[in-house]
Amino acid sequence: MSQKTTIRMTLNGQVITTEVEPRQHLVDFLRDDQFLTGSHLGCEQGACGACTVKLNGKIVRGCLVLAVQADQGTVETIEGLTATGNYKDLQQAFLKFNALQCGFCTSGMLLAAAELIEQKPSATREEVREWISGNYCRCTGYQAIVDAICFVLEERLAQVVHQS
Amino acid sequence: MNKPSEIKEQLSPVTSEQRYIGMSEPRHGAKRLTEGNGKYIDDMSLPKMAHVVYWRSPVAHMKILKIIKEHALKMPGVIAVVDGNELATICKPWVATLSHLAGMKSAPQYPLAIDRACWQGEPVVAVVAKTRAQAEDALPFVEVEWEDLPALLDMQAALDPNSTIIHPELGDNICFKRSLDTGDVDAQFAKADVVASAEFRFGRHTGVTLEPRCQIADFGADGRLTVYHSFQAPHMMQDLYCRQFDLVESDVRVICHDVGGSFGIKVHAYPDDFATVGLSILLKRPIKFVADRLESYLSDIHAREHIIQGKIAVSKEGQILAFEIDDLTGIGPYSMFPRTSAIEGNQVVNLVGGPYKHLQYRANLNVVFQNKTPTCQYRGVGHPIACAVTEGLVDLAAMKLQMDPLEIRKLNVIPDDAYPYTGASGIKLEVLSHEQCLAKLEDLMDYASLRKEQEELRSQGIYRGIGIATLIELTNPSPAFYGVGGARIASQDGATIRLDPSGVISVAVSVGEQGQGNEAIFAQIAADAVGLPIEHVRLVTSDTSVTPYGGGTWASRGAGIGGEAVLLAGLALKENILKIAAAMLQVEASTLALKQGKVIDRMTNAEKLPLSEIGRVGYFRTDTLPKDLQADLTVTRHYSQKDFPFIFTNGVQASYVEVDTNTGFVKLLKHWAVEDCGRVINPMLVDEQMRGAIVQGIGGALFEECLYDDMGQMINGNMADYLVPMAAEMPDIEVAHVQTPTKSSLLGAKGAGEAGTAGAPGAVINAINDALAPFNVHSFDQPLTPEKILKALGTI
Repeated sequence: MSQKTTIRMTLNGQVITTEVEPRQHLVDFLRDDQFLTGSHLGCEQGACGACTVKLNGKIVRGCLVLAVQADQGTVETIEGLTATGNYKDLQQAFLKFNALQCGFCTSGMLLAAAELIEQKPSATREEVREWISGNYCRCTGYQAIVDAICFVLEERLAQVVHQS
Repeated sequence: MNKPSEIKEQLSPVTSEQRYIGMSEPRHGAKRLTEGNGKYIDDMSLPKMAHVVYWRSPVAHMKILKIIKEHALKMPGVIAVVDGNELATICKPWVATLSHLAGMKSAPQYPLAIDRACWQGEPVVAVVAKTRAQAEDALPFVEVEWEDLPALLDMQAALDPNSTIIHPELGDNICFKRSLDTGDVDAQFAKADVVASAEFRFGRHTGVTLEPRCQIADFGADGRLTVYHSFQAPHMMQDLYCRQFDLVESDVRVICHDVGGSFGIKVHAYPDDFATVGLSILLKRPIKFVADRLESYLSDIHAREHIIQGKIAVSKEGQILAFEIDDLTGIGPYSMFPRTSAIEGNQVVNLVGGPYKHLQYRANLNVVFQNKTPTCQYRGVGHPIACAVTEGLVDLAAMKLQMDPLEIRKLNVIPDDAYPYTGASGIKLEVLSHEQCLAKLEDLMDYASLRKEQEELRSQGIYRGIGIATLIELTNPSPAFYGVGGARIASQDGATIRLDPSGVISVAVSVGEQGQGNEAIFAQIAADAVGLPIEHVRLVTSDTSVTPYGGGTWASRGAGIGGEAVLLAGLALKENILKIAAAMLQVEASTLALKQGKVIDRMTNAEKLPLSEIGRVGYFRTDTLPKDLQADLTVTRHYSQKDFPFIFTNGVQASYVEVDTNTGFVKLLKHWAVEDCGRVINPMLVDEQMRGAIVQGIGGALFEECLYDDMGQMINGNMADYLVPMAAEMPDIEVAHVQTPTKSSLLGAKGAGEAGTAGAPGAVINAINDALAPFNVHSFDQPLTPEKILKALGTI
């Protein structure tokens, strides 16, 4: 169990080489070994979405992926997303609409929302609801989250129109 | 798009310089949570910290024959394997009863089970290791030999004297019984033109906080205990640790950082809380416990397993004459410490019929033990049950009378000018606004048009339903809730506000933050009370060694009780500041005011002094002040609500649904809520409390149930099989406010945290039954699943 294997990845823009136990989940590696505690553990069975992180450009459940599966890959967490500033508008919209209460789902919710904004810039309200249905939030009842995401989609579309 | 609901009818200001109270100020303190910078328990690590996992009873009821530890102890990293007898040497057992619930009984309970385990999930053995993974690796090597004991699961069977008695020393399986009779119920039923009755079933469900229960206990070499806990009531836990471990308050500190959801799940003292603290004392090092999701389902409190026979008597004019209920509820094998598990049923008895002016009421309650996970107070506590029963019966009566559901409610609610009023169950109601709320709801949802649409669609074979639920909610409790019954749970709260030398203030409050926005509203209140920009206000909460003593968050008391303490402290600090300013300026204090952080001339508004100047002189140059003037720039005020046992709020909700009669699937089209929490401190945050609570109520009404097999095994205790509401199936929810302030405080705020959960199930179930009305069927069996709907329709 203690036999370790060496992995190399680009984590939030930095190349790291480190040793991990083959059985260690990606989210445990991020939280325990890399001190990136912004990703949370809610169920450890892939149902709640609190551990959502980006692996090789796609969001994954950090509790269903092993750290060794990220070998030679690129990983981005909420800490990295914040540092890039690419989704500052989304993070601000979450505050403006009070789209978080306890905040435990928020990192995963933001990662999921960021991917939606990237992939479906014209998503409808129903599509937004559908998209974030893999992320459980017990506090908000979801409406404020949907509103915040829709607000950002509209703002970004308006910007595109304005620029063209 | 959801905009914070606008409040047109503004109340007169509560402070002379009101800029923030009543405004939808965002939660500035939440920014770090959007950047992954929260500080939840599992994010923390302490030097020498070890990790505990618990071996929990795999069966519903067992006699523990032998615990063999040696194999587990040999596993890598294992520090200790500890059983119940060892922990019992340092932690006293407890019995959770309240003296004002006459005749209530329960059995002694220990941190880890001794001799017997009474539910699947009860902690039995602790395994402590250097890492969590090592502790989990060792867990299967703990060998427990046991003998199965008969499991008592069924609530009806619990009443049967021939059934197994879970705790033989108690004589029977009854925890608590209550009867209430106003005396003339039978006569009213005899003379009623219409009598309607139904059986109401409520599935046992649980809170599913996204962050599981967790704590780090750190008993130091100095004999002092610090517990970092994801919790709602730190002073309550401080008191319990003192009592169970023979410590004194000054040596016990409980700190709550960010809490990942609580909803009442994190306001109870669990056996593993004491076990984790006990392990830290025994092993002299910090111990971290974080429940995993599977053990959360088995060890977090459950709630709301009730079967209720309900009956209503109504005259042909639609006047409600009487209600009658018989409530049977199962609470698991122990009453939960220290709030007890009889409160929920007791609340049902108090609250049924609550919005209405009938005079006669009879209720019978049996709270029984069973070999399932213990139940206790979870958001709404009895309200969602009482409301669904009351409103279901009202709709059944209206249907029999062929009366519109909105009309029968208008006719029967206690009129807005009738207060103060004592309800038929004996509850004291200070002031409510049912009539205004119903009128506002009718307008908000455009009731007439919706009824028309429903009618038209029915002819096309589309079955939509409208359900309405009026409700009352118990908030701002006095000591009548727990204190008078002997539970050392504070009903008062305190706030300390300190002017710092640079002119900013630090506000320490005994009510904490679990996401609802308490810190945000306290900042709004403090800024207005003192008279400075909100950016200059810093909040400190949830640390027993830093804040005043208080109750924390439960029974929707944060805004009404904690907020009032902040207001009183802020006003007192302002007075002290102005006294110093008056001495410095050599004018009368009455000629001065504080506005946006500056002392001004009250008449001319001319700026006289910045607050930083008060700070400089008050702390560093007191020699320049008159000899008899002490610069008291730190002020503490406490508030306790003493005018009524509770300050009730009210509201009304409506649900619009479409039922697919082929599949039994329910589509939630829209939900409306009109609520009256008195003075609204922050409309956006009240809206969001309502929305979140409504969705939690919908969860119980349609999806959530802890399912057990006939051996007492919970068969869906994981997040894939236990269904919680997700975004796609939830409706948009429109919220509107009526403001009827309580006169029991200066602030006038009542609670807003639980009304959503209280009303949503009743509204949704009534809407489904309204949709099913053309088929002359109904069901009051929550969660009302597609299967139950099809069964009601007779198609399966």
